[in-house]
Amino acid sequence: MGTKVVIDPVTRIEGHLRIEVEVENGKVKDAWSTGTMFRGFEIFLKDRDPRDAWYITQRVCGVCTTMHALTSVIAVENAIGIQVPDNARLIRNLMLGAQYLHDHIVHFYHLHALDWVDVVSALSADPKKTADLAYAVNPHGARSGAGDFKAVQDRVKAFVNSGQLGPFDNAYWGHPAYKLPPEANLMAVSHYLDALALQAKAMRLHAIFGGKNPHPQSYVVGGMTCVQDLTPDRLAEFLFICKEVVDFANNVYIPDVMAVAPFYKEWAGIGAGLPNYLAYGMMPANTGNDPKNLYFPRGIVANRELGKVIPLDEKKIVEHVSRSFYEGDGALHPSAGETKPYFTGIDTNAKYSWLKSPRYDDMPMEVGPLARMLVGYASGHKEIKEAVDGALKQLGLPATILFSTLGRTAARALETKVVAGKITSWLDELLANIKRGNMETWTKFEMPESASGYGMSEAPRGALGHWIEIKNKKIHNYQLVVPTTWNGSPRDKKGQRGAFEEALIGTPIHDPKKPLEILRTIHSFDPCLACSVHVIDPRTNEIYETKVC
Amino acid sequence: MSEEKIRLLNQLDRRSFLTLCAQISAALGMSSAMVPKIAEAIEKAARRPSVVWLHFQECTGDSEAFIRSTSPSTAELVLDILSIDYHETIMAAAGDQAEENLKKAITENRGKYIAICEGALPTATPPGPAGKKGDYLTIGGRTGLDIAKEVCGGAFAVICVGNCSSYGGVQAQRPNPTGAMGVGEALGISTVNIPGCPHNPVNSIATVVNYLLLGSLPALDKHGRPKFAYEKRIHDQCTRRAHFDAGQFVQEWGSEEAKKGYCLYKMGCKGPQTYHNCNIVRYNDHTGWPIGAGHGCVGCSEPAFWDRMSPFYGRLEGVEVPFGGVEATADKIGMTLVGAAGVGAAVHAAYTMGKKRSDDDKGGEDK
Repeated sequence: MGTKVVIDPVTRIEGHLRIEVEVENGKVKDAWSTGTMFRGFEIFLKDRDPRDAWYITQRVCGVCTTMHALTSVIAVENAIGIQVPDNARLIRNLMLGAQYLHDHIVHFYHLHALDWVDVVSALSADPKKTADLAYAVNPHGARSGAGDFKAVQDRVKAFVNSGQLGPFDNAYWGHPAYKLPPEANLMAVSHYLDALALQAKAMRLHAIFGGKNPHPQSYVVGGMTCVQDLTPDRLAEFLFICKEVVDFANNVYIPDVMAVAPFYKEWAGIGAGLPNYLAYGMMPANTGNDPKNLYFPRGIVANRELGKVIPLDEKKIVEHVSRSFYEGDGALHPSAGETKPYFTGIDTNAKYSWLKSPRYDDMPMEVGPLARMLVGYASGHKEIKEAVDGALKQLGLPATILFSTLGRTAARALETKVVAGKITSWLDELLANIKRGNMETWTKFEMPESASGYGMSEAPRGALGHWIEIKNKKIHNYQLVVPTTWNGSPRDKKGQRGAFEEALIGTPIHDPKKPLEILRTIHSFDPCLACSVHVIDPRTNEIYETKVC
Repeated sequence: MSEEKIRLLNQLDRRSFLTLCAQISAALGMSSAMVPKIAEAIEKAARRPSVVWLHFQECTGDSEAFIRSTSPSTAELVLDILSIDYHETIMAAAGDQAEENLKKAITENRGKYIAICEGALPTATPPGPAGKKGDYLTIGGRTGLDIAKEVCGGAFAVICVGNCSSYGGVQAQRPNPTGAMGVGEALGISTVNIPGCPHNPVNSIATVVNYLLLGSLPALDKHGRPKFAYEKRIHDQCTRRAHFDAGQFVQEWGSEEAKKGYCLYKMGCKGPQTYHNCNIVRYNDHTGWPIGAGHGCVGCSEPAFWDRMSPFYGRLEGVEVPFGGVEATADKIGMTLVGAAGVGAAVHAAYTMGKKRSDDDKGGEDK
């Protein structure tokens, strides 16, 4: 029996997560992932007006804020059989693209970077050498002079000398797993602060077409309400903020990832986890609801075979409950599930999580940026192939390194590059429509007495699906299967681990009291637990088969 | 409180600092002549006040909103103005070390720190052999309820950001399966509530600054909301109000009327029953607000708005439509909120709000 290590709470994530591992001979031998919070979305969605579902489900997550709104309107539109106008498609793509640029940058700097960057070490950096390093990493970077880095260093010094370390207190500073030289640490700390300012500005992109962020408010079933914002000044505002964000992605974020990666090459051999990857795809490139239109393609890569993509069959998605806090050990399709809650407390030999275990064709799947990049790569997607091949060439590493903790973090940066290269083209298309006098933003419809359907899209952290059944013009059943339920799921009936758990196996642990290495792999998935927990009704013991996303 | 005033480090640049002071004076309804005095007060302060930020049943939207602040910037808030000693989303420490930070903050600064709460507290008991009250949320093996009692009990002030921590929010809507409540209701304490879905960071920061400068909390309305932000009705200050008065309404999304920015009342706008300053301060550095984006207000700053203001596209009843309109009163206009569902919602809301504050074990089962 090895040493038991529990991290609870796992911080720098969305939501409430507990990770338990067993360490033997300095390596993780086994792992258990537990979601510890739930709310009950499915219950209160029942009997609601289907037109309200987007507004309610958007509150599943304030980090992937726009995602549930979008996926919900897609689900209702799919159920009632309508297609939104081209302008609505484009505005939705623009808002989704903005969400990706924002979310991936925030994830890297504010949720993940402190796993790789030692803030204390930055205090001993030479600002001149830091400027040289920054120039070598990218000659186009702003605020990269020796004086800039000196100012940041002085600011951090003053902060430390204040004796109030706030959110930076009591971390794993000085841990031997930190490998960056002081100058690289100072550069990263400087960019951490730059990214804080940038992210606030970036989300003005949502406020232009959505009134605010988080939780923009211009979605409606059938289209978008922001017709008044289809004006030259608003489009220009979008364009120029967008350019600034794209510039940051291309000239700060992506170069930083490429600069840090060589110091952590061993992490290209750690954290591989499951061999199967699933992507629903997103961002329709043309009007119409055909999945073949999606700019980021839909499909499955199985057994790490990049030679082919398996088409997605929605009917093969089931959810297991044998190791979750529900009675029984069934496995049902999201639209048919029925379970009864059975809270046992955490017992890693039996039931230990409120998350269910989604499986595709009986296989656990990884979802997220790596899955999307692999499915795109295997599909022969031009921009994705260029981004992936270019990065591998620059690092001098083979494609197999993608299957790792480092690969997951790199895939997120590469995806940002692809989105950054695409986003303004949707603005061009929107402008062309407006020039032609096409200001249409909404498709009229009659709510049918009964209908059913589903919507699929991609949150930054992975594949997101909503299923809806309408009866008497009201929501009869509504279910969500969300990214972190796939990634953070407990074992299934066969004992197959979820993606987090599998990825932790074999991870070296230098000091079980300071399990920095575990955070690296868990954060590489960008967990979002608010999205992942099930909904139950404690009085009737009914479970509404949705993961509250 | 004097030794606990804010300290702004020298690195905060002057222009940004004065912008902050101007914004504070505007938000607090002071004249611009107060700006230099506010600046002086802030600069005199010695030690950054400790903030303990707790996450309960939430979506992290209020943390995200908070970091969208621009004047002051998030970096200034984190490094120069506040000492954010516990915040699960941004803190570097995790697990045991995170727990230690929490313990340290609430012990060393007992009676002085500000507790900021995000998310509702589940008070019901899950079924099953191990279920006990509050088990719908555990952090570090303790229930959210236990943590809230301990942390809020030792705070100088408890500030609830967002509708969830203020009033229970999205999970507290009918039938409230987890017995979710706002922090004040769940613990039976008074809290400063900054509702919204999510809240506007201009309002939370103005509230904190009010405390830092004056050593006291701002004046509150009957729902615990600072009057400076929640005293006025959306409808009375709406940029589209003139269209309401002229009887000019949007009746279909994307229509000519929508392009002209007519009133959204008939599309379900709840501005006539909502008290909030979003039309004045707007969101994301003054870039927009929901009605500006062509969508009605849903009343997200109001207690139990999820029940009281829905269906979101149904018209409010009892709103007098003025002369010049095509109808005389709202009652004559098609669908209203009065159906069986609407009455149920109103009854539920009244019950929720009128419920005696207590710490008993009823949880959500009695709703």
